[in-house]
Amino acid sequence: MPAKKSAVRRSPKARTTRKTYNLQEAKVIVETKGSGKPILLLHSEDRYERSAAFVEELAQKHRVIMPMMPGYDGSTLPDSIRSIEDMSYLYLDLLDEMNLQDVTVIGFSVGGWLACEIATKNDARLKKLILVDSVGIKNRGAYDRDIQDIYYNTFAKVKKFKFHDVKKDPRVLTDMSDDEALDEAHAREATARLCWDPYFHNPSLRYRLNRIKIKTLLIWGANDGIVKTSYARGFAKKIKGSKLVTISKAGHFPHVEQPQEFMKHVKAFLR
Amino acid sequence: MEFYHFTEFAWPYLPPDDEFTSMRVSLPSGVYDPTIGSDWYNMCLDQHVLADELGINCMINEHHQTATCLNSAAPLSVAILARQTKKARLCILGNPAANLRDPVRNAEEMAMIDNISHGRLECGFVRGVPYELFGSNCNPTETSPRLWESIALMQKAWTTHDGPFNYEGRWVHKRQVNVWPRPYQEPHMPIWMTGGSDVNHATRSVENGFTFTMFLTPTESMKKMFTAVRANLKKKGLPKPADDLFAFMPLVAVGETEEEALKFIKQVFWYVTNNKAEPQFRAPPGYVESQLYANFLSGKFSGGRTDAIRTKGMDYFRENGVAVYGTPDQVVAQLKKMYKQIGGFGNLIAMLHSGDMPYKNVAKSMTLFAKEVVPQLKDMGTVSSKVGMLKDRGRPVPAAKFKGRTDALEAARAKTGVEVRSPKKTRKRAA
Repeated sequence: MPAKKSAVRRSPKARTTRKTYNLQEAKVIVETKGSGKPILLLHSEDRYERSAAFVEELAQKHRVIMPMMPGYDGSTLPDSIRSIEDMSYLYLDLLDEMNLQDVTVIGFSVGGWLACEIATKNDARLKKLILVDSVGIKNRGAYDRDIQDIYYNTFAKVKKFKFHDVKKDPRVLTDMSDDEALDEAHAREATARLCWDPYFHNPSLRYRLNRIKIKTLLIWGANDGIVKTSYARGFAKKIKGSKLVTISKAGHFPHVEQPQEFMKHVKAFLR
Repeated sequence: MEFYHFTEFAWPYLPPDDEFTSMRVSLPSGVYDPTIGSDWYNMCLDQHVLADELGINCMINEHHQTATCLNSAAPLSVAILARQTKKARLCILGNPAANLRDPVRNAEEMAMIDNISHGRLECGFVRGVPYELFGSNCNPTETSPRLWESIALMQKAWTTHDGPFNYEGRWVHKRQVNVWPRPYQEPHMPIWMTGGSDVNHATRSVENGFTFTMFLTPTESMKKMFTAVRANLKKKGLPKPADDLFAFMPLVAVGETEEEALKFIKQVFWYVTNNKAEPQFRAPPGYVESQLYANFLSGKFSGGRTDAIRTKGMDYFRENGVAVYGTPDQVVAQLKKMYKQIGGFGNLIAMLHSGDMPYKNVAKSMTLFAKEVVPQLKDMGTVSSKVGMLKDRGRPVPAAKFKGRTDALEAARAKTGVEVRSPKKTRKRAA
């Protein structure tokens, strides 16, 4: 869900700043919360992370940097960016531009894919990596559906793929205001543009995941119907030394369904 | 005015309505029975051969993964008709150029058909309905620019006659484009385009000299669209487009009596009542404008013809112009009235067949249409005096000056100064 001003105000402790960066052809809005060691938060295509309570918690001890991915929530998506791989170069530019060091990257779903595209190219500014129900690779054969089709299935079915308990979905489409509906439309258009084909993955990425040398944690919802835990195991296998933890009673967004359990793993990994 | 016969080659033998959720995308091909289907294909092609004999034209379309349309490769059907018909203009409407991904192959197919038919091809392009994107896997956010890129490349390929050229565009990369054969018609076949709610797309089509077509659209919406297009073109300082740059397709039935016509139109109406699809197939993200998509997400817009519309009675559709039916005189009167209300159109594509309508019924409806309706309307409207972009087309001339489309095109080509290869010289069979 787009970060509403009210959501930001709710927490008086973590100071939030908002800045727009001109990178390549794009205008990228970056929100920063709190201070301390930097965490780069790469949101999912559903953008639940931006107003989530766990971000406030992270911001108590860290500087949480949340770019709005071009195409989402006001950041512009130029014609020159046609894939998540294209997108990753923009983020490498952003890391340079902000002169960040020892960054922990945490990526959710498509954000996890983006994190891998960044880390496989240049990890000089990175320290640790957390992938949460990440997409981005294909493990199995041509006839296997590794990543569930969110476009072919009914909205109700897709919700079931995404959530262990559908009542925990913070977004009810029919309750959206006109502005929220338009934001959501733009976000879904951006996702389709970047992820329709090849479907939510880069066929080459799995062959270069070996380049990820930083400490990596994969967090997965045990009931994720979009990318199953078997997919997660395949993912983890490709990143040497990585650790995979699953969270029960959670689907594609464990940080939404089981935030405490989720934070327990994150905090332990950040220590 | 030019007249085209149309059947969508629908597969009518569906399971009970509560046993499937969509005619499109997901209906298993197990529903199709080749022992009946092979006859069905031939029956539909027979209709077009009859159209040719009756002196009207043929329109063929294409859809994929659907029982609404068995023509999953329209060029094949048009190629058959190129041989089996003698005089009819053969309109393919159209090639889903963006979804096909290889415009050069498409250009070759069209050029071949144009040659085999001695220049009778009317070459249409469609962006494709949203359902198509699930089968083609084409990105819904790209279909529109991709379609325009493909058409421009095909036009260049059809009109380049001095060897290969290089093309490295946004989607298509071909380093040695040299399409054989060159088209029979000069500089190439007339181009058609379809559209829905996007006025800019419609304006751009006519500006390029493409015939802009709307399907099953209420008279009020057509009037709004065509009026907006004409106003946009005028604002751009372009000449007035002739009626031949506008086309419309309603459901049509003609009977000896009104009662018989009603019986026929109800059979054609099968298409509307059975055309159901799961909602998410109607609006993949990026296919429609953002605001419309936002309304779809929040439940304010259903993404197409709603179930409520599917169940409305026949009078409703006669009133709004989507269905045209009655005795020959009634049909003439209704079409004349619509022509006036809409502000002119030069091509009427008559969907005279659908569903399980038997051949003898469609043949009767077609015959009455061709023999008793068409003669009363064919001199109506205007045609372009030249071919090419709208800016080069000159002042519209009355259609009554010509014997038909082929005649009018020949005159326009002569006036434009391009070569006229007459399709009237009939083919001699090889000994």
